[in-house]
Formats: sequence, C-alpha cells, structure tokens
Amino acid sequence: MSAISDFFYAGGYGFYLWASYGAAIFLMVGELIAARQQHRTILKRLSRMARMNAAEEDE
Amino acid sequence: MFKAFCCIVMRDLTLAMRRRTDVLTTLFFFIIVVSLFPLGTGTEKVILQKIAPGVAWVAALLASMLALERLFASDFADGTLEQLLLTPQPLFVLVLGKVLAHWLLTGLPLVLIAPLVGLQYYLPNDAVITMMLALLIGTPVLSLIGAIGAALTLGLRGGGILLSLLILPLYIPVMIYGAGVVSASAIGTTDLQAYFSILSGFLILALVLSPIATAAALRISVE
Amino acid sequence: MSINWFKYSSPATFYPLAGKMIPFFGWLTAILMAGGLYWGFFETPDRLSDQKEYYRIIYIHVGAAWMSMWLYIMMAAWALAGLVLQTRLSFMIAKAIAPTGAIATFLALWTGAFWGETSWGTWWDWDPRMTSELILLFLYMGYMALQSAIDDPRRADRAAALLALVGLVCVPIIFWSINCPDPNECAALHQTSNPGGGNMEPNILIAMLVTALAFWMYSFVAILMRVRNIILERERHTTWVKELLEKNK
Repeated sequence: MSAISDFFYAGGYGFYLWASYGAAIFLMVGELIAARQQHRTILKRLSRMARMNAAEEDE
Repeated sequence: MFKAFCCIVMRDLTLAMRRRTDVLTTLFFFIIVVSLFPLGTGTEKVILQKIAPGVAWVAALLASMLALERLFASDFADGTLEQLLLTPQPLFVLVLGKVLAHWLLTGLPLVLIAPLVGLQYYLPNDAVITMMLALLIGTPVLSLIGAIGAALTLGLRGGGILLSLLILPLYIPVMIYGAGVVSASAIGTTDLQAYFSILSGFLILALVLSPIATAAALRISVE
Repeated sequence: MSINWFKYSSPATFYPLAGKMIPFFGWLTAILMAGGLYWGFFETPDRLSDQKEYYRIIYIHVGAAWMSMWLYIMMAAWALAGLVLQTRLSFMIAKAIAPTGAIATFLALWTGAFWGETSWGTWWDWDPRMTSELILLFLYMGYMALQSAIDDPRRADRAAALLALVGLVCVPIIFWSINCPDPNECAALHQTSNPGGGNMEPNILIAMLVTALAFWMYSFVAILMRVRNIILERERHTTWVKELLEKNK
C-alpha cells in the first residue's frame, strides 16, 4: 500500500508530476473522443439527410 | 511596368488626400497609445526611458496593423481590385505600388512623429535619431508583411481582429531588433551596425517575398 | 514496379485506407507509451534524484515539444503539396494536423511550466525556447482561425495553406531573433538546461525516445480520425459517401 502512495507522492513532487500527466491524458484522450463523437454525429446527420431525400423522392 | 507602378502609387495617394482623416486617425492612434503608457506605469524618468523603445514599437505595430485593413478593402468593394487582377501588368508590381502608397500614408508619419515619443519618454537625442532611423527601415517591413494578411482576410467578417491574430506574431523579429537598437543607443552603445544590418536584411527579404505572397493571396481571395 | 500514389490522393480511396490505419497506429501508440512509461518509471535507477522525481515530466514534455514543431513543418508541407499539386486531400490533411499540433504545443508549455516551477522555481520564464513555443501556439491559432473564418472551403484551404507557408518562412527568423535579441553578443544566450545537464542517464534517454515515438504514432491516430471526418463532411454529396451510408445501415 505504501509503495503505491509513495509512487503518487513522487518524493513531494506529486502535484507537479500528476498535473502534467493529467493534462496530457485529458487533452489527448479528449481529442480522440471528440473526433470519434464528431464522426458519429456526421454519419448520423448524413444518413438522416439521405433518408429525407429518399422520402421526398418517393412522394 | 514602372509606369503602372507609379500610376498605382499616385492614384492611392490622391484618393487618400481626398479623405485625410484616415491618415490622421492612424497617426493619432499612435500618439494616444504612446501617451497612455506613462499614465499606466507612472511617470518616473528611469522607468519611462527603459520602456520607451518597446512601447513605441508596439504602438507602431498596432497603428500600422489597424491601417492595413483598408489596404485592399475599398478596391475590393468597388470592383477595382478585380480589374487590377485582370491587367497584363505583373500583379506583384501593382501590389508593391499599393504597399508603398500605404506606407507613405501610415508608416512615414510615424517616423516623423517619433521625436514626440522621445520627448515624452525623456530619451537622449542620439536615441531619438536612432529610433527614427529604425522606424524608417522597420515600418516598410511591417506594411509588406501586413499586406499578405490583408489580402488573405479580404472581405471576411471580423477581418480586422483576425488580421491581428495572423500578422502580429510575424512582426516579432522587426520589433525585437527595432526596439533593441533604440535601447542600445539609449544606454550609449555606439556599435549599432549589426542591428541596422539585420533590419535592412529583413526589409530586402520582405521586398522580394511579400509582394509575390500577397499577389497569390489576392488571387485566392478574389477568384 | 510503380505504384500509383495518386490513387491514394483521392478522398474516396483514402477514407477506407485511413480507417484501416487508425487501429494499427492506435495499438502502436498504446504499446510504445506503456512500454516507455514503464521503463521510465520503474526500470530507471533514480540516479538523477536527490528524490527529484519531477524529472519524469520529461516523458511527456519532450515528446509534445518535438511533435509541436514537427507537426507545423508537416502542416506546411501538406499545404505546399496542396497548392502545387492541386490535390484536395493534401489540404484536408493540413487542416487536420493543426489542432493536434496546437494541443502538442499547449502540452509542451503546460508541462514546461510545471517543470519550471519545480526546477527553476518559476512557472514562466522568458527563455528563448519557451517564448518560441508560445509563438508557435499563436501561429497554430492563426492558421485555425483563418481556416474557420472563411466559409468557402476552397478559398479557406488555399488561404490557410498560404499562411502556413508564410509562417514556415518566418518561423526560423522569429526563433532566431528571440534567441539572439542582441546581435553583438549572440552565443551567450543559448539555454544550457539540457535535461540531466547534457549527459542524460541512458535509461531515461531510452524511455524518453520511446515515449516521443509514441507521441508521433498518437498524432497519426488523431490526424487520421480528423481527416476522415473532414472527408465525410466535404464529400457528403458524392455517390461513394451515399453508398457508404447505405452499407452502414
């Protein structure tokens, strides 16, 4: 247990170390999630538009 | 080709003389910015002497940048620009003419008003002369670089603020050496040759490259 | 044997190709990052330390800083390719690179600030490298702002590409002028704070290089994902996108 807390304490520099790593993880993972989310939104919107066009042609 | 160049310069100067306030606005913007700093930082002589070169140059950057928006805007609005693009003259020559006219109207007045800054900030005479010389070499570079940005942001909503975002980072080298030479001169350094060589180098580089880039940017923006 | 490279410059063929490349680079990123960080955290004798464990920031700081500069060069290169070869895909790649580059630049500054506070006792210093990185962030912002301010994608692509090229010409001059504001005494100003004072502990160096490589692979993932989005958005009226949507149903 103390090995883990020592690890995160990082000799007193834990705040600096984990603030750096936290920002990196937050931004990089966030970037990927945002891109993925955007991909889904675009696909959804485009297929909705395609359905709309198809419906218009049917009438 | 030279005739076309002169023609553009004369035309822009004549147009500007019909609306003199535009020129005066830029000049007074510069004077106001420079005059506000001592009110903000306190009027201690030592501090003012120290910040004078930086303040004068930042004010000059902002003033010349604000004026840039108008460089192509009115020609774009009334269709003159499209005609210019269609002329058989090489476009970069016409661009150079417009930039020269623009500098004569906005850059040169800043050079001439520089002694006023020297007065307000207690600069020694040598430093004032150095500052005028630095501005004389440096402000054309600002106009030349800025022309690229003005051409890229032509006709965009909020073009002015966008222009500053694009262009101000590119002004940094001119400002560093322009302000640097004044500071050096103010503390009595006599060896200013290197600074002026670098500034002149920037001017030559900008003279060669900027009109070509501006011409390309105009074609992208107008087509 | 000659490969027709231009085949892949068509968005329709690049889209599925990018889709196949993303998992590949994704796994590469995960493996390299995990390996590099494990090595850096657990297999490195704390020789640098009088328990100064903050040096472990190096594993993200250096990778981000390198990528920030490399991506700007790449962005300008793709912009140039687009202007010269008139390929739409090149512009799309250039556009996709910018946000990743800006994030890398921001991370380099952010981690640099935390490192600076621990080792120099200050969050910010007008040191040439930090200032240059800040200016690089401004250049990325300018590129993205111009790109998004123009509605017509053709004009936006080409205008932003030209700006990237102008930036590329100016960057060495800007960095050099920040490095050496007084031309009469230039050499004195170079920063000598190489991590570990120049002779870095080999294990740390290896871990740093591996994580930097992981950052590179990560950039591929992020950029390819964004390129795919841009392609879909731009090509939405073409038949291949419609067929793709049919298949996805």
